[in-house]
Amino acid sequence: MARKRAELDRRTVLKGAAAGAAATIFAPNIVAAQNKVVRIGMPTILSGRVAQLGTSSRNAVIMEVEKINAAGGLAGRQIEMVIRDSKGQPQEAARVSRELVNSDGCEILLDAEASSGSFAVQEVAKDLGVLVMHTNSETSSLTADPKIRIPLAFRSCRQGIHDAVVSGAYAAEIAKAKKINRWGTCSPDYAYGRDNTQLFVEYLKHFYPQAEVTTEAWPKLFQPDYTEVITRVLQNKPQALYSALWGGDLTSWVDQASIYALFSQMEVFAINMADYTVLTAVKNLPKGIHSATRYIKTYPATKQNAAWGDEYRARFKEYPTNWSWENWVGIHFIAEAAKKANSADGKKIAEAMRGLKIDCPFGADGTVTMRADDQTVIGYAIGWGPTISQEPYVPEVKGASWDTILQLEAEWKKRNNYT
Amino acid sequence: MNLAALMDCLTSASCLVTQTTSGLIIGMLLFLVAAGLTLIFGVLKVVNFTHGSFYMLGAYLAYTVNGLTDSYVLAVLAAATGVGIFALIFERFFMSKVYGSNVLMQLLVCYAFILILDDAVKIIWGPEFKSMGMATAFQKPPLFIAGGIVPVFYLFLIIVTLVISAALYLVITRTRFGTVVRAAAVNPSMVSALGINTGLVYSGVFVLGGMLAGLAGGLAAPVRSLTAGMGFSILIESFIVTVIGGMGSIAGALLGSVLIGLVRSFGSIGFPLFVEGLMFLLMAVILILKPSGLLGKEG
Repeated sequence: MARKRAELDRRTVLKGAAAGAAATIFAPNIVAAQNKVVRIGMPTILSGRVAQLGTSSRNAVIMEVEKINAAGGLAGRQIEMVIRDSKGQPQEAARVSRELVNSDGCEILLDAEASSGSFAVQEVAKDLGVLVMHTNSETSSLTADPKIRIPLAFRSCRQGIHDAVVSGAYAAEIAKAKKINRWGTCSPDYAYGRDNTQLFVEYLKHFYPQAEVTTEAWPKLFQPDYTEVITRVLQNKPQALYSALWGGDLTSWVDQASIYALFSQMEVFAINMADYTVLTAVKNLPKGIHSATRYIKTYPATKQNAAWGDEYRARFKEYPTNWSWENWVGIHFIAEAAKKANSADGKKIAEAMRGLKIDCPFGADGTVTMRADDQTVIGYAIGWGPTISQEPYVPEVKGASWDTILQLEAEWKKRNNYT
Repeated sequence: MNLAALMDCLTSASCLVTQTTSGLIIGMLLFLVAAGLTLIFGVLKVVNFTHGSFYMLGAYLAYTVNGLTDSYVLAVLAAATGVGIFALIFERFFMSKVYGSNVLMQLLVCYAFILILDDAVKIIWGPEFKSMGMATAFQKPPLFIAGGIVPVFYLFLIIVTLVISAALYLVITRTRFGTVVRAAAVNPSMVSALGINTGLVYSGVFVLGGMLAGLAGGLAAPVRSLTAGMGFSILIESFIVTVIGGMGSIAGALLGSVLIGLVRSFGSIGFPLFVEGLMFLLMAVILILKPSGLLGKEG
């Protein structure tokens, strides 16, 4: 035994000596590793018809990373963004994401893809075991469905189900007041348009059961001429029309519907209208189109939001978009979680991010929370209101109740076997 | 499929008026692009795949000139003239080099220019979509004819396009230039042997075709979202029109355009989920029954 004890002691001493030597020899390298930059890969769409998704996401991230780096970066490591164009193709988004991690040495992915690309990026993150923040995909199932959800994936943007509850409640209130029972829909014929419209109708009927959809139009994505769609809606004479068209498609549709005086014949609810991209592009915006607040600097009506909108505009000579604020939230959640974890390691950041609440210019109460159970952001400001053709574009915003959103979301999750 | 709605529409004056004018406006704008495409093919035997890009260029030129002058008329004229000048340069320095080459080579040159023009548009006007806005003169309530809705702007576009179609018909059938063009389409060697500069004729036809596409882009700009790549969808529909009407036939292009317009307009009532399919179905049926197109020459 004595011999054994002596042997152990000797080994312990040797181990201790080796560890000490190693610490002496490699200490500068450990310090260097801690100080080296942390690369964040950002796959997004920088070309094609929806390039503005990528450019306005990138602008917001660049602006915010500068501030985060000036404040010390991610636990002492400076952030270096590596931004790549996926051209809006899911297979390219997957390839680019893999390359960002494997070849460019990115340790975190900030996924600024549209929904179709985000599901592809999620698969890559799952495969490579890297932290991913989805900043633009609003498809609810990405984080709501436990079969799709992964521990290292988070979402910093609005969610379809939240929008649907708010939209349905707002539209129902107007429908009740004006006795609007006959509804029409006109949305783009692809996953987002179909899902968004179906959920809107579901919650419109939830809050106002008398509502009945009497006409549906599904123009194809990027359709240049909506004449036959517009005249078909007019023939059916609904009292109100809901549309999930967006961007250039919405602009064209508004221009073409205006000359048929469609807006004077029915109430129009266009969820994606109140984004500066569209508001400033339509030259003859009809008064009174109801819209959700995608991004406007006057809602939430705080100094922080207005200052951020002005700062972005001064720097990039255009207003931010809905995608811009969503990316602000994404990069700041990563930074705050790294601060809390005192580490730039993806897994530690993920751990610290679950349930984290941060101050945010776009929060309904000045904060947003990364809900722990499904790793998606809640508490952001959502409102609806009628638009006008000049600043502030949506002068009277009716804010949403997050209690109602969360209650109906929970029921929706149950119905879909997500909980 | 909603055949009852279609029957209701066909028996209702208001629906007939609204849907017919809607079909005519879809068709007329399509005709301006397709006419240039078919004219160039008829004479030069070249399928000009850059034609959609000419339409796009016309829309952007109109947008710029309208912004500078606040005049829709000047904007449309600038669109036609600007694209005409570009078509001349493109034809003289590039397309004329591949007239005798195989279709693949012509396709490559055209495709290269589609990409170049799309990128040029992004560099000059930016990657975001643009909206030109409606001229003040047309910001008027629509007309109600027999209960049907007819926008004033669309009525204007239909009239302008009909006038241009008539002028084009007169130029091709009643002028010396038209006679030479028709002769060059049938036998260019003989035209050349008679001392006529066929190169000049080819350039003239290409410029005319380009101007028509630019004109269409300029005319449609107030009701279109302007983006790089916007010419692609109209190019596809123009090809359908030329195939239906007969490659090389301007009258066929007019007939094909109106048919497509009406199919889209009334198809959206009766077959709302199959409007695109109806267009291709119509093309397939015509190709089976008359492979040369409705007014195309056999052989």
